[in-house]
Amino acid sequence: MASVSVIDKLKKAQIIELLEQGMRVDGRAFEEPRKISIEANAIPKANGSARVRLGDTEVICGIKIQPDRPFPDTGDKGLFICTAELLPLSHPTVETGPPQPPVIELARVVDRGIRESHMIDVSDLVIEKNKSVVGVFADNVVVDYDGNLFDACSYASTAALLTSKTPKWEWVNEQPSLVDGDDTQLPISTVPVSVTMAKIGDHIIVDPNGDEWAVMDARITITSDSDGNICALQKGGSNGFTQDEVGRCGDLSVKVGSKIREQLLELRGN
Amino acid sequence: MGGRDATMVLLDENGIRCDGRKIDELRPVTIKAGGLKNADGSAYIEFGDNKIVVGVFGPRDVHPKHMSNTDTGILRVRYHMEPFSVSERKNPAPSRREIEISKVIKEALEPAVMLEKFPRTAVDVFIEVLQADGGTRCAALSAASVALADAGIPMRDLVAACASGKAADTIILDVNNEEDQAGQADMPIGYMPNLEKITLLQLDGILTPEEYKRCVDVGVKGCKTVYDIQRKALHDKYFGKGDSE
Repeated sequence: MASVSVIDKLKKAQIIELLEQGMRVDGRAFEEPRKISIEANAIPKANGSARVRLGDTEVICGIKIQPDRPFPDTGDKGLFICTAELLPLSHPTVETGPPQPPVIELARVVDRGIRESHMIDVSDLVIEKNKSVVGVFADNVVVDYDGNLFDACSYASTAALLTSKTPKWEWVNEQPSLVDGDDTQLPISTVPVSVTMAKIGDHIIVDPNGDEWAVMDARITITSDSDGNICALQKGGSNGFTQDEVGRCGDLSVKVGSKIREQLLELRGN
Repeated sequence: MGGRDATMVLLDENGIRCDGRKIDELRPVTIKAGGLKNADGSAYIEFGDNKIVVGVFGPRDVHPKHMSNTDTGILRVRYHMEPFSVSERKNPAPSRREIEISKVIKEALEPAVMLEKFPRTAVDVFIEVLQADGGTRCAALSAASVALADAGIPMRDLVAACASGKAADTIILDVNNEEDQAGQADMPIGYMPNLEKITLLQLDGILTPEEYKRCVDVGVKGCKTVYDIQRKALHDKYFGKGDSE
């Protein structure tokens, strides 16, 4: 998936030539993300779920909510854990086996974006202090690959969390016991949106597709919250950004992110 | 990892931080180029209470062979923390965190190293964190650059690194362990001062867009200070401990 083939090198010349003329391979503007389609509650057995397509990249996120033991040093907080996995059916080069560094980075960056924004108020997820808390697990699986998994997994996780319903537990006889009744929405304080930008030559483009991803020189993923603040960032790729470019990417991520947030918030409305 | 004192004041009324530094002051940094006999290049850094040794091998044959590239050399980086480097013993097996840090350090070094001069070979960078105290990835990256230069591998620039961040509502330079745990934001930066390029950049914590730009600015300035220390380390080894200019 990440390896650069001869074909990618030929494509790179073409992609740069187009960028010089202000165009992208798929006809988008530089600051234009691909169409995002979100199908909420795609997996009814999960506590929340979303199938997200970002162009031809497709990710399914399922949320499972269940009692768990707290971490020893944070007995007054619930757990939020986000994972990501590349399924072998998503691309011919993906192999089974333990996750490779790019996939580990993907999972950690998606997790960090949501965690650092404090989207889920984990202090509300305590059943019995130091003994039992509610764990929220957001597991992302990539089913089809066309670049920019960072944003696709991030949108899928956020969409799934926004539409999740959590059961309620009580501490009875030294163990968590399910309380009958209506499930409630998760305590959500902000909606993080990640925006990934690629640098190809001297050009910065938003939401690189698979071809652009294969030939980019460097990338930067910036997550912003509902207040327009920046809450997480990850630079990647084998080249650098100037200080000016880093500043521009920050502004761009907030601007592009606010539009995507509107689309995500529609899920919460109904 | 736990702070020294849970009720610690990160910034007092005189603008002095919990370890006695000013807001724009680096911890004491010393770098020594060389030191390992068997490695082709090496460096040892003390960055505050961080103690890190880096060894570089190569360019050399690639094993396994299928990893080699006929167009260019490849860079491989392993960042590893010793079990005794943190308060609570760390499992010696590489964690997901260490795998991610290895990757971001590799990508931070790649723009600096002229790998295209050595097709079909590998340059291996081994980073061992002996003692950790916040900001290990930056200290490790700074030391790795010196170790690569010490190995005589052609480079476009050194990558200097340090973190900026936010604690007690103030933008600060070089986030220590306490400030990382109790602070509001941490932004590790790797920077090539001559090429004026940022090659490592991460952030966790909430910043306004203005604070974000200030943080980058403060961090880049810190990197320039680290860069002078890196140069001095190489100068001391290769030109004696004289005047470094």
